[in-house]
Amino acid sequence: MEVQAEGAGEDKAKAKAKKEEDVPRKNGLIETEYAKRGTHLDVQINPDQVVKAAEILDGEGMTLEMVTGVDWLKEKQFEVIYDYSYSGGQLFRVVVRARVDRDHPDIPTVCRVYGGANWHERETWEMLGINFVGHPQLEHFLLPEDADFYPLRKDFKP
Amino acid sequence: MSSLAQSQLRETFELNIGPQHPATHGVLRIKVVMDGEYIDRAEPILGYIHRMHEKMGENRTWNQFWPNMGRLDYLSAMAYNHCYAGLVERAMEIVVPERAEYIRVITAELNRIQSHLLGFGAYIMDLGGFTPLMYAMDEREQILDLLESVTGSRLTYCYFRFGGVYNDIDDDFITGTRAFIKRFRPQIPMYHKLVTGNAILMDRLIGVGPVSADMCRKYGATGPVLRGSGVNYDIRRNEPYSVYPELDFDIPVYKECDSMARYMVRMDEMVQSCRIIEQALNKLPEGPVMAEKVPKALKPPKGDFHYAVEAARGTFSMRAVSDGTNTAYRMRLRSPTYSNVSLFEEASRGMLLSDALAFLGSLDPVIPEMDR
Repeated sequence: MEVQAEGAGEDKAKAKAKKEEDVPRKNGLIETEYAKRGTHLDVQINPDQVVKAAEILDGEGMTLEMVTGVDWLKEKQFEVIYDYSYSGGQLFRVVVRARVDRDHPDIPTVCRVYGGANWHERETWEMLGINFVGHPQLEHFLLPEDADFYPLRKDFKP
Repeated sequence: MSSLAQSQLRETFELNIGPQHPATHGVLRIKVVMDGEYIDRAEPILGYIHRMHEKMGENRTWNQFWPNMGRLDYLSAMAYNHCYAGLVERAMEIVVPERAEYIRVITAELNRIQSHLLGFGAYIMDLGGFTPLMYAMDEREQILDLLESVTGSRLTYCYFRFGGVYNDIDDDFITGTRAFIKRFRPQIPMYHKLVTGNAILMDRLIGVGPVSADMCRKYGATGPVLRGSGVNYDIRRNEPYSVYPELDFDIPVYKECDSMARYMVRMDEMVQSCRIIEQALNKLPEGPVMAEKVPKALKPPKGDFHYAVEAARGTFSMRAVSDGTNTAYRMRLRSPTYSNVSLFEEASRGMLLSDALAFLGSLDPVIPEMDR
């Protein structure tokens, strides 16, 4: 599929596939081994590029499957992971990651591009407190209305 | 029950459906803004049975997370077992014996028939027909007995293990399954005669609840919802896992995009599942059902792993972020109904309330899996 070429057009320095190290990963594309990871392409970008990435992948006819937030407490960052898949034929999975500062966790919403992102982002906001800028309805969803905690944060104490 | 909200152009009122309402298949609440009999805006409100499975994935070891997999979608728990097994086996590079893979497919497909049977019966009951539920329950109970004999539980299966399955199937299970398939096959044409051709049902389903293929794509809807919109997409074919590539079966696809199409996809899938089970029973190899040398204390390598399966309601996938310890750093569960129901708000706009409930039923939501 052409997604690779498209994704590369993100004028990002291409980081060659490296073994996992403890140093934070640089932005760029990695072709992952499907049998080991379950994804074909792994892209890390800046938070302000996620909407552009969503538009590119939308143009390719891909589906946004889920949005995941991960709390990297040691690095003082949140990671937002977007899982895209291609349902029009031979399966192709792209994962897009962006890291935001834990103290100012602002990332633009992609729910203008994918309506389905609405619920996923709302859930991620609720569980981790990542602020999706421009989201139409950042209200409590799965948790009680008066919940004033973010249960999936690593420093959460019940 | 309702409050009147005045607008300049028209009068609307709010109506609450649920959380305790038979049409919502559990504790789903829908806040509807009605314009007369028509829906102006219908917002599903979730969380009434939220149990935070994702947090549980983080605070217990990989093995201890097994029982949770039976408690998400209690109607097709076997597919969820399959996904979790596949995820960790992918991360740990465990090779599963072939017999175990065949047993996994047989039990998962039996589970799929069972799930669609209940979906069929309950859906027709939503629409006012009680009798089909009795027929469906009769067949379903036989599957539950079969599965109970190997797994030990009726619905909340915890049968798969990393590297295989908990115990081998015996001859009773094999003969019982063959007998069930033989008995069940002629039942499906009977269901069609009893239900599908019914004029009232056709009036209520055909042309109701149009969901275009593009809307499915934007919302991430999968499973019978997507295949009822003319897209030939099934993880068992498009992203083959387990021994599905070795089995011959068709993917039912309907182009009508309405509630009837989604209903027909489920009915046809039961036939295909019968085919899969028969072939798998014929091909079932001898051998062990557990891989050797699976460590008790699992520590998958650092990194994140993704695995997807076709559950009865669509793509169920998991993403685990591992930090190399004996618990997951992050466990993300992507449940199919969550995405399928998220399109309800857009698709139900302007619909008659009674049609909207028929439409919601055709999405076949299972609430514990949505809320997680």
